[in-house]
Amino acid sequence: MDKSINTFEQLLAECNARRKRIWQIAQAYESDWCEVPVNLVRKCATESLHAMKEAIKTGLQSTEMSMSGMCGNDCDKLQKRFAQRPAVFGKTFEKITTYALATSEENIRMGKIVACPTAGSCGIVPSVIIAVAEDFNISEERQVNALITAGEIGRIISAKVALAGAVAGCQAECGAAAAMAAGAVTQLLGGPPQQVLNAVALALKNILGLTCDPVCGLVEVPCFKRNPFMAIIAMTASELAMSGVESKIPIDEVVDAMDQTGQLMSPALKESSLGGLARTKTAIQLQHKLFDCK
Amino acid sequence: MKQTAIFDIISPIMIGPSSSHTAGAVRLGLLARNIYAKDPKKVTFKLYNSYAQTGKGHGTEKGLLAGVLGLDVDDRRIKNIFDDVLAKNIQYKFEYGEDFKKHPNSVDFIFDDDMHIYGESVGAGEVCVRKINDFSVKLTGKLNTLMLVYEDVPGMISKVTDLIQKKNINIASLHCDRYAKGEEASMCICIDGDLDDEVIDGVKKIDKVYFVSYIKKIGTIDG
Repeated sequence: MDKSINTFEQLLAECNARRKRIWQIAQAYESDWCEVPVNLVRKCATESLHAMKEAIKTGLQSTEMSMSGMCGNDCDKLQKRFAQRPAVFGKTFEKITTYALATSEENIRMGKIVACPTAGSCGIVPSVIIAVAEDFNISEERQVNALITAGEIGRIISAKVALAGAVAGCQAECGAAAAMAAGAVTQLLGGPPQQVLNAVALALKNILGLTCDPVCGLVEVPCFKRNPFMAIIAMTASELAMSGVESKIPIDEVVDAMDQTGQLMSPALKESSLGGLARTKTAIQLQHKLFDCK
Repeated sequence: MKQTAIFDIISPIMIGPSSSHTAGAVRLGLLARNIYAKDPKKVTFKLYNSYAQTGKGHGTEKGLLAGVLGLDVDDRRIKNIFDDVLAKNIQYKFEYGEDFKKHPNSVDFIFDDDMHIYGESVGAGEVCVRKINDFSVKLTGKLNTLMLVYEDVPGMISKVTDLIQKKNINIASLHCDRYAKGEEASMCICIDGDLDDEVIDGVKKIDKVYFVSYIKKIGTIDG
């Protein structure tokens, strides 16, 4: 490939000029960039997808608590409720929320997950891709296409904003994951590149300002329960985009806004645990209980 | 602008819960092990700042030890590494400190009271070793790296790079440091591709080169 792609505008232009989907451009670009054949790029993505499925499977069966003892058995509660009384939003909603929670609970109990883009946000992209693929009989090949699409979206966001809570708050972790998931599921359901990018923009606009204020400095509260919420934001963005709703602010400008919001955000709200939920009365009590008495 | 790849985003497949505090710790341990280039009998880990404060809740100590023992970030043995058979033949201890001059997520490794390595977990599982003994270095483990210690005399860089160039291998970065003019100096050369023994032996034979180590990269898409 003769030029680098670092904005969504460039990506869309490339898709249109070559009449290709985002994953096709992305896997060719990745192959060039990493100097590996395209089939190895797809093999790596397939391995990630399998690891994501494995994490869901393991997570759905476990109630083991995290090292801090704060969390680990909420997915079980959700499954029990759905077994007794189906979710108002239906079967796919049940799957998405339980899969997201199962994955992020696996993460906090030192299970094996795929950081996507980070470990704290590991449940969002897999839950959406895998639940929708199951309920709509979508092949593994197309799931891999969706995952590569998610990776490309994250890559382009990260060209402007480092995907770390310490840099731009949770916008850049669970927020970026929601945007990646929104684009991925739009691709999965057959949406063209323009709709994929609208889904990304719509999702991202709705997480701007999200702070990173982890209780006791751990990737637990509020991170793991944020995963199912973000997965649903991703689905909402995808449904809107696929109906033809467009983001009034183009996606590249939304990323700029995210960058600026991150810079304006107080360091107390960027993974330092010096503000927000981390400095509430209960959080401080938990901190004393966990760390001072050891 | 620094380029990233898709697989910097949907990766690594790792043991949770934190890319910086768990996977980053494993990678730092692995990289330190590759630099030391032999099995240590004794390791002291000194954890600083956020690593010291929240490491326990993130399995940071487990990750560091697992890495030093050669485990990769996705190895399920990390979770119970203290009880694993692998950890039986190594003496280790953890110390904790505060140092605002150091990175929030940083650690010192002291191997067999012989080599001192300082590294940082810089985010998203990415790591950087900044110091080996008293030399400043910049090792990320992303590329194969040739590291040498030599006497600070003119022409050393070209002698070394000439050997690499003869194999038509591209140099991605080069970092040098020295104690003082004319004294011991260090050089880290990150390359695309792989060096063979011929080049490494050639570098060892250069006059006034004291020490050569070839540090293999850790966990990338084509590795």
